[in-house]
This record gives sequence, structure tokens and C-alpha cells, in this order.
Amino acid sequence: MSNPRQSTPATDSATPTADSAPAVRRVVVVGGGPAAHRFVEAMAARGLEGSGGFEVTVLTEEAHLPYDRVALSKALLSDVDLTLGEAEMWDTPGVTLKTGAKAVRLDSGARVVHTEDGGEHPYDELVLATGSSAARLPIAGADKSYVYRTLEDVWFLRAEIARLAEDLGRTPAVAVIGGGLLGIEAAAGAQSLGAEAAIIDGSPWPMNRQLDEGAGQALTRLIGAKGFTMHGGVFPSEIVADETGAVTGVLMADERVIPADLVVVAIGVRPRDELVRAAVDEAGAAGENGSATFEVGPRGGVVIDETCATGVDGVWAIGEVASFGGMCLGLVAPANTMAEIVADRLHGGEATFPGFDTATKLKLSGVDVASFGDAFAQEPGALEIVYADPARGVYQKVVTTDDARTLLGGIFVGDATPYLSLRPLLGRELPAEPGAFLSAAGGGDAPETELPDDAILCSCNNVAAGTLRDAVNACGTCEGKDPVQDVAGLKACTRAGTQCGSCVPMIKKLLEAELTKSGVTVSKALCEHISLSRQELFDAIRVLELTSFEDIMSRYGTGSGCDICKPTIASILASQHSAYVLDAGRGTLQDTNDRALANMQKDGTYSVVPRIPGGEITPEKLGVIAAVAQKYNLYTKITGGQRIDMFGARLEQLPEIWKELIDAGMESGQAYGKSLRTVKSCVGSTWCRYGQQDSVGMAIQLELRYRGLRSPHKLKLGVSGCARECAEARGKDVGVIATADGWNLYVGGNGGATPAHAQLLAKDLDDETLIKYIDRYFMYYIRTADRLQRTARWQEELDGGLEHVRQVVVEDSLGIAEDLEAAMAKHVDNYEDEWAATLADPERLRRFRSFVNAPDALDDSIVHVAERDQIRPATEREKVSLGASIPVRPSAAPSALSEGV
Amino acid sequence: MTITAPAPVDPAELERSATDGLRSWHSVCSLDDLEPNWGEAALVEGRQIALFRLATDEVFAVEQRDPATEAHVMARGIVGSRGDRPTIASPLHKQVYDLRTGERLDGPGDALAAFEVRVVNGIVQVAA
Repeated sequence: MSNPRQSTPATDSATPTADSAPAVRRVVVVGGGPAAHRFVEAMAARGLEGSGGFEVTVLTEEAHLPYDRVALSKALLSDVDLTLGEAEMWDTPGVTLKTGAKAVRLDSGARVVHTEDGGEHPYDELVLATGSSAARLPIAGADKSYVYRTLEDVWFLRAEIARLAEDLGRTPAVAVIGGGLLGIEAAAGAQSLGAEAAIIDGSPWPMNRQLDEGAGQALTRLIGAKGFTMHGGVFPSEIVADETGAVTGVLMADERVIPADLVVVAIGVRPRDELVRAAVDEAGAAGENGSATFEVGPRGGVVIDETCATGVDGVWAIGEVASFGGMCLGLVAPANTMAEIVADRLHGGEATFPGFDTATKLKLSGVDVASFGDAFAQEPGALEIVYADPARGVYQKVVTTDDARTLLGGIFVGDATPYLSLRPLLGRELPAEPGAFLSAAGGGDAPETELPDDAILCSCNNVAAGTLRDAVNACGTCEGKDPVQDVAGLKACTRAGTQCGSCVPMIKKLLEAELTKSGVTVSKALCEHISLSRQELFDAIRVLELTSFEDIMSRYGTGSGCDICKPTIASILASQHSAYVLDAGRGTLQDTNDRALANMQKDGTYSVVPRIPGGEITPEKLGVIAAVAQKYNLYTKITGGQRIDMFGARLEQLPEIWKELIDAGMESGQAYGKSLRTVKSCVGSTWCRYGQQDSVGMAIQLELRYRGLRSPHKLKLGVSGCARECAEARGKDVGVIATADGWNLYVGGNGGATPAHAQLLAKDLDDETLIKYIDRYFMYYIRTADRLQRTARWQEELDGGLEHVRQVVVEDSLGIAEDLEAAMAKHVDNYEDEWAATLADPERLRRFRSFVNAPDALDDSIVHVAERDQIRPATEREKVSLGASIPVRPSAAPSALSEGV
Repeated sequence: MTITAPAPVDPAELERSATDGLRSWHSVCSLDDLEPNWGEAALVEGRQIALFRLATDEVFAVEQRDPATEAHVMARGIVGSRGDRPTIASPLHKQVYDLRTGERLDGPGDALAAFEVRVVNGIVQVAA
């Protein structure tokens, strides 16, 4: 995290100058949660310049950048980065984030916010986004309980459960008080950390604010099946401890004691309205009459109107602290909407808040729960169409108006599939009989429906179906006017599906429907010659053990192939058999670079890259590279992958050059292949005073293991010796970062046009497990990815995403781990250096000739000129001006400037 | 395009057949020098030509210069087909050309020059 930039000193003149130019408007945001983040993003998107411009300062008491609380439970199991959006946003000129700055007093008369550190922050516009805090239980012993609200809370629970398991020598028991959404998530988290979890709730069934009794019964059933105990209908009266102060259980109102080693309270949130309450008290004490003041909501929070303005001029409130219609709500969608409204208003817009959208979906594997709209059918005359099967834990209900036509709400437990398509239709006419949407009733799938353009498909980010359609059909503003026709592109461009992710299947469906409509065949066919997808083709070739292009084409193809299917088949064959790529007719399938085992440059010459495993090289080998580059007059440059590239070699020179390199003990770096490139490393614990593990040793081991592995796209790895991450491993397909206890494994990063950070897959692994997981990850990718699909995109588009990858790689959920490892072992055993193999065979060498009828003649179209003491290709203009002095003798020796023999 | 001519009796006959009306036929290499679907560059009267032998033993010749980039690389592209047209894709940026006519097939753009080819007594001859 970079240091937050400092804005102009807070004590600068608070009075706008009388200049004719409009003054900069100082916007201060109090709070650093998702609402604040969204507000700043919305301000930046609308522009901070213009009519004087804005200076936005965010004061947050937390030490982090704003992070995604919705995904908090992910942090229970691993060190995920939950930072919202791009950290770079905070570097936008005009935006300042002050972390560790707790606002303690608001002087709305003088328009100044005071922070605990004595700072004064004058404002023209103030946005209160203080959020809420976890509610505490008013019972004895409550001080011995913990809450589940911030990253620190989650980290503490992780450490505490591990400590208890160690100290007690048995499975710790965790009691979660509160059977709401958060309570169930916390219990599931505790269970996944190895604890036994029980849920205690005063109401008879869990999630009683979202679910009716039937749904509650079904959910109780599902929760029981997950292995939690549910204690409903009785309130807890005390948290009891032994004489050492260690918690032993929860005493219930009916005198039972539920044993527990750790108690987590998740009974809801209270708005953080203390600034506002203090300001109200101050105003009252000062006896100010008639001047506008804040109004505190009936359940706390500061009351806002539909423009998100509070009762005090220049003060707005957004998110969980904002009380609208008598309530504050702890959901991200309304917070986002409010943030957008204030940003719009500050930019002169007229947006208004339409009211809370209370739709809820529980994200817990195996427990599918969704509730939306008028779930309890409180609308007069509302009809409830219900299917209930308590034995299976399934409950589905659709609520409509009395004519059964307009959708008012619904509840789904056990099977929430219809929720996704129904949700955007809230308040609209249903396209079919309500009963048709009760999919569990045996009526088959819910009817396919076309969403109207103005229906909101992604409620977190308020994205309408029409916006997505515009992007697909290139009428939108995304990336110029180009159509955006894949899910990842749509997510990036419209932000739909980027928050809770529950609408992603709908986005996929809408995309496919649009493409079909516009005549684009939604086909996974590789090209006109092969109607299978790469994955299908890979499976077929693997299962039938096909080894030749002709066999494959005769079974699955038509025509002679092309520049798409031929290299794809060549790559699949190479991944499976590790055989020499230019033999047995496979040479004609290879793409440009593989054909010459070198990288073709713009003028038809090649670059040569020997492997330098882990970036470690002896002075002797550096000398060999220098000598070869000098002898053949090659341009040299250090690559991003910690090795040396030599440019300007002619096709026919490649064998001689490689002979010299191989004789000196080097081998092909395969920089030309869609294959493993390099394993970048920092110097690690051997030399570095911060290093925790031998990163160079691990990098070399990995590079030698995976060298030659051909894949759907190039593969890069990085190994860092400590968390400082000098090897930039998280920008690689596989990143390995040392910890005190072993290695953390990150997957799916890349640089390039669409950079992606690798995501944590598993942590604190020993060497053996690390390699086993990488084996499985790479082979699973090689078998199932599309052609030219990098790992980041692959794992994003897989059903189930990263979590699915984790299950396959770590838990072997598909039962294929052994097979994947065996395939990798075969690759490792069969590896041979392609260039050594080429030099050993005169037949193979024959391919490297300039002209079939004049193998000794040089290609005189290649002309190099000098620049910064090295060669570079001549431009067309330079060639023409040089042409006058170059004798046009095709078979003759090259001119002095054309590159040396 | 390949024309399979009747085999001339002797080398002298072969030389005589090199001039055929307005065209000059140049012997380039033997058919056996060419591997099916693997392009080779050749020099014909100082001009760089790309030669392709298909699996059917038909031989095609186009100019070696890539019209899109001016680099002399076409022989190193991938041979394929579009419908029933044999094609060559530029190794640099994958523009696709009809091997018979040199016409660009994947979009608008300059055509490749295509030359007539015949195989006489196992010898590949190009009219250029």
C-alpha cells in the first residue's frame, strides 16, 4: 500500500476567496468502508475537474484501504486481498485518503471535522459514511465474546481457533449467537477452520427477518445437514467462564448450558452515528434555536431525504449510517446507490434514492437461500404460491398481486435457481404462471424469460439488462465503440457482477442470448475445420491416444486445417507426448516461432534466448552469451523474465548459434513457445537479510521441472523469498511467496494488456505439497482452457471460479489429482532440449536453410543499421536511401551494413 | 497452380521446354526437396519466391514478401484451407491468402503475387 498522499494543510484558509474563478470545493468523507470507496470512485468517474473542481479527502480510522466486507468470510480461510477496486484510484490527483484518522467531532457551523490526532479538516461538502459497528449483547459475560465485523475480527478468530485446538488438544466448540445471515456465515467459517459450530437464536428459526416459517424449517434442515447444531427459540442469558476466565459455554434462559470454548456474537449492526449525536447535543446545549440540525433515526443513524441530504446544509449521509424511511440497512447495494446519488448531486445532477432493496442471498456452499421483495406477503391481497418439502430442505415461494400477475417477492431455500431470473422482474408482470417458477415442484426448469431493458440485473451496482445489451452490441461507451462479447469484458466495462457475483450466471445467459440474436453463433468450435472446443478436442485426443494430425482431422475435422487449429493440435500433442515438435509431420502444424524454434521479429530475423533458470547465471556463461552475440553481431537485451535475448539472427544461422551455446552447457529457453517461459526469482534467504526461504533454489527447481511444458498460452512463474515480493510473483500465472512456515501459492496472475493479480490458492505449503499443487493446477489448466486463454481468464470463466480450482487442486473434488500428477510426471521424464535434438539430426537441420535452391545465399531484404552501438532493423525509408549504394545482386554477399555472416 | 507436363527425354529437352511462349520456366528444385505443407523460400532470377507442396503433391508459388509488412517471410507461414481454397497465412500477423491466386481472404488488403508452377520429371519449375 502506498502512503496516502497529503492534501493541502488542513489549516489552509477555510473561507473561499472572492476571485471570479469558482473555488475548489473541498469534499470530506468520514468513513472508509465500501460506501466511501464507491463515493470516491463515482466522483472520480464523473471528473474532479471543471467548475473549480473538487478536492476529496477520506478520513478513515481503519489502517486499510476500503475493503469488501461482503466477502469477509473468505478471509477466514486464507489471506485474500479484499481491497475494493484498484488501489491506484487513491492516487488520482485531487483524492486523498487518510488512514488511521478517526473523526471525533463535527462542527457543522464552522464546517470543520476534527480528528483524534488533532487534525482539522474544513469542508464545503461533508459525506458521512461511518457505517455501523457490530451490536453487543446486553448479557453477563458479554465482554468475553467476540464479534464478526472487520478484517481484524476475522483474523483474530482464525488465530484463536488455531490456538484453542492446540491448547485444548481437541476440536474447539464455537457458539455463534445470532442466526441471521452473518451468524450462519460465521458458524460456517468456524466450522471450516476445524471447530464444531452451534448457532443460538432467540427466534424459532434462522434468518427470521428474511424467511417465513416454512422457509425457516427448510433452512434449519439444511444447516443441520452441514453439521451445525441449531438452538432456536430460547434466548441466551449469560456467557459463562471458569475461574481462569476461559469461556466454557452459554447459559440459556431455560437454564441449559451450551458448551463452548469461544463465543461469537452476530446479532446485527448499529449505525455509527456518534458524531451526529454529539453534534445534536452540542447544538442543544448551546441553545441554538431555529438553526437546522441533524435528526437521528428511530433505530439510530442520521435521517436523510431522497437526495441523501441530512437536515444540515452541506452534509450528506450514505450507507449503513443513513436512516431512510425509518431504517438503516446493512447491505451493500443501497450503499452503492446512495454513493452514486451524492456524487451525482455534487455534479449538479438530480438523482434520487428509490428506497431500500432488501433482497438477500446467502453465500454458503450447500445452503442455497434467497429472499427478496415482499417476502412475507404483507401487501393487501397478495398471493403466496408455495412449494415446500421440509424432508429435502426445499422451500420455494413466489408472492404476487391478487391477480397472480405481478411479482411482489419470493423466498427460495434449498434451490434458489429461479431467484436469479425472478429477481430483476420484481414489480413487473410475470412472463408465465407463478407456479412455473417453483422449479423444485418437478415442473422442470423455470421458464426462459427475456428481461426488459430497464430491469436491474446486477443490483449491487445497479446495472440494467439494457446496459449490458448495449455493451454487447457496441452501442455503449465501453472501450470506445467495440462490442464487448465475453463475460470478463462485460464485468470490467459495466461493473455488473463485480460485487457479490450472484448475477454472473445471468450475465452469461444474457450474453449468449444477445449473440444468438445478432447472428453470432455461440459456438465453442475452434475454427471452420474443427467443430469441437479445445477442451473437447484435448479429451478426445487423450482418451483415444491419437498422435497424428491426419488421424485427428479424419475423425474430427474437415479441410486442410488453418493457422488456428494446426498450432492448437500441435500444442495438445506436445502437452501429451512431449515429442520433438518438428518430427512426423508436426513441423507443418507449428506456429511461426515454434517452426524455427526461435522468435520471429518484424524483419523476418529471429531472436535467441538460452534458458537461465531462476535468473541465476555464472560469469562463464555470461561470457559465452557475450561471445556469441559479438561473433554473430546480435543485438542484446535483458528480458523481463531475467534472461538475455539476442536479436537479428538469420534462419540459417540458428543451428550454428545454438551449437555454440549448447557446447557451452546452455539449452533452449523456449521463449518461442506457448509453454513455460521463466521462473523469476529474488535472491532469497541465501543472501538477502529479509529472506525467509531459498527462493532462487525453488525457482530453479520449478523451472527445470516445467521447462518444455506446452500449454494453451505462455506460462510464467515467480518465486519471492519473503512478503516484500521483489520477484513480482503475483503478476505471474503461478506465484510462490515464502512465509516463515513454507510457501504461499498464488494462481492466475499476468501482466500484458489486461493485468491480473494472482489469487491465493493455498498457504504455508512444504516444498513437496507446493510442487504437487502446481502440477495439478497446470495440468488442469492445460486440459480445460481454451486456446490462447491465459490462466487468469480461465479460472475466472470456469464455473465456480477460483473456489472450484481450489477444490480440484487442493481437495481433489473431481478425483483426478493422481491422473494430473501422472501426466506431469510423464512430461518431466520425457523432457529433452529441442535445440540439442535438432542439432543431433541432419534431417532436422535441413529445415534451417535460406533458400531451397541456394542454401548458401543470404536474404538481401534483411538490412540492419547501427543505433546506440548495436544493430537494429533498417526502416523502409533507410532501405531505400541505402539501396542506391547497395548492388542488387541476389546471390552475392550482403552489403557492409547488412548483418554479418 | 501445378501443371504436370509429360517428362522430357533428356536435359537438353528440359532446357528447351523452359521457354514456352511469353513465359520463362525456371527449374527451381526437385519435388523431393519439398516436404508436404512445409513452405520453402527459393531464389528465381534474383526474386524471392515462396514454394508450397501440398499433401496432394500440387505445388504453389507466391512471392516471399509479405504485402502487409514487407518482410520476406511468406514461406514460413501455415498452409491451410478456406472452404476448398488452399491458403497460406502470413507468419507475422496471420493475414490469409489464396495460394492459387494470391487474393487476400481474411479482409481487404493487397494481394500476394502468385506464379505458375509445373513439375516436369520430378523437377519443380516456376514461371516468373
